[in-house]
Amino acid sequence: MNKKGHPLLSIHSILLMIFIYVPIVLVMVYSFNNTRLAGDWQGFTFDWYISLLQDRNVLDALMNSLIVAVVSTVLATIIGTIAALSMRDLGKRLKAPMNGLLYMPIIIPDIIMGISLLVLFSQLHIPLGKMTIMIAHITFSVSYVYVMVSARFAGMGRQLEEASQDLGATYWETFRYVTLPQITPGIISGALIAFTLSLDDFMVSFFVAGPSSTTLPIYIFGQVKRGISPEINALCTLLILVSISLILLSQYFMNRGRGQKKRNTLPF
Amino acid sequence: MNKSKWLLTPVLVWLGLFLIVPMLIVVAMSFMQRDTLGNVVFSFSWEGYKTFWDSLYIGIYWDTIVLSVSTALICLIVSYPLAYYIAGSSPRIQKWGLILITIPFWINFLIRTYAWVLLLRTQGVVNNILMHWGWIDEPLQMLYTKGAVLLGMVYNFIPFMVLPLYVAIEQIDRRLLDAASDLGASRWKAFWHITLPQSKAGIITGSVLVFVSTAGMFVVTDILGGSKSSMISNIIQSQFLGARNWPFGSALSVIFVLTSLVLIVLFNQVMKSRSDRVKEGKR
Repeated sequence: MNKKGHPLLSIHSILLMIFIYVPIVLVMVYSFNNTRLAGDWQGFTFDWYISLLQDRNVLDALMNSLIVAVVSTVLATIIGTIAALSMRDLGKRLKAPMNGLLYMPIIIPDIIMGISLLVLFSQLHIPLGKMTIMIAHITFSVSYVYVMVSARFAGMGRQLEEASQDLGATYWETFRYVTLPQITPGIISGALIAFTLSLDDFMVSFFVAGPSSTTLPIYIFGQVKRGISPEINALCTLLILVSISLILLSQYFMNRGRGQKKRNTLPF
Repeated sequence: MNKSKWLLTPVLVWLGLFLIVPMLIVVAMSFMQRDTLGNVVFSFSWEGYKTFWDSLYIGIYWDTIVLSVSTALICLIVSYPLAYYIAGSSPRIQKWGLILITIPFWINFLIRTYAWVLLLRTQGVVNNILMHWGWIDEPLQMLYTKGAVLLGMVYNFIPFMVLPLYVAIEQIDRRLLDAASDLGASRWKAFWHITLPQSKAGIITGSVLVFVSTAGMFVVTDILGGSKSSMISNIIQSQFLGARNWPFGSALSVIFVLTSLVLIVLFNQVMKSRSDRVKEGKR
């Protein structure tokens, strides 16, 4: 590209970045604003965070979100890792359609995934609740775990595994002592992404949650539709911070022991 | 090596059961009808698709397409310069630019949409500032308008556009641009004949991504548009959770997915013929 960027180009870029970040920063700032009306700045307070921690509904939603996220992360990570592992040896003919299938959950619009799962559960007479949310979350998380672990495989040769088998190790010994340690960073970062996606998901959960299992995003949606409240600013701020920390952690694991070259490993 | 083939079973079973089968059921359900109690009756019917031709739904469908295309177009126009700028910067700025543009991905879109309520409402930040400076005497009604919905959509999807564009622009062979300038092409000419056609893949990916995501996003219309404006996804949502007309909701879903597919193919064709023309023009 042209080395010397046009000054207008950099001004546009800076303005666009400001446009992107002002609303996000605003939510965070307002979460400390000492007024319920949230019009002007009325001084700094932690009150909204304190009242958040005493709100039964919020705590229930948080609990639901955490249970769902932990269970679906564990299962999605196992299934996704096994898929990445077995895809390596697949012939070209099978690989293309399998890849298509594995990328489908990323491509399909959330609303379609949500309603189709709702239809399935109702046809099978499975009551909506935490279990159905978990199933839904595993379905979309599997693909992301697969992408992360495959990326790890792509950057690693086969020599060590071949050497291990030449030296008489069985398939499982090779897996346990050679393959697994090498892909562990990919598995961890895949799991962290699955966890974040689960914690953050609204669209799919909205359809399969049922009335009794509200997750945090569903709770936020209900509150936001009712109007502004400072507690929601506080809750949103916390969720923003947790999501970003988890993703940065995932990036750290993905890049560890891999040199500095590949920096952009996000699955987009 | 055979050992690993059966390892595909879990993921095949899972995605088959919870991805493929549910979507097939939706397609099947779109051809059924419901009885007076709202239950789905298993007999063939075009009812869902017939209802769609009602002028009300066709209108909403058209609004959805207009909104989604506008969103994709505006995102493309505002994002291209940013992607171009990041791709042409020093590695340090590239790294930070990418981090900054990726962070919003991981902030819940519900929160990002809600943030605009803080800005746009009658006692919101924008109105406060405008009144403070004396530009307006009465607060403007910005929330619950079509403009607010469009703004919310564009805001949510700029990162979806910037990243594919960046990837495409970054991969362009710089020697082509050097050659163009050696041969006396102006910067603008080099951009028009080299950078733009070569970043075609990014333009397609970004636009399709934004178009499909916008059309499926009922939350932004709900929060920023109030009850005044709705999109096909709002109707799908209410057919499943409110009105309980599942065959009709399914028919709308099928139409939604088919429209997306058709537009993706169309868009691909248009972009292809454009870049072919450019190639011929160069000769």
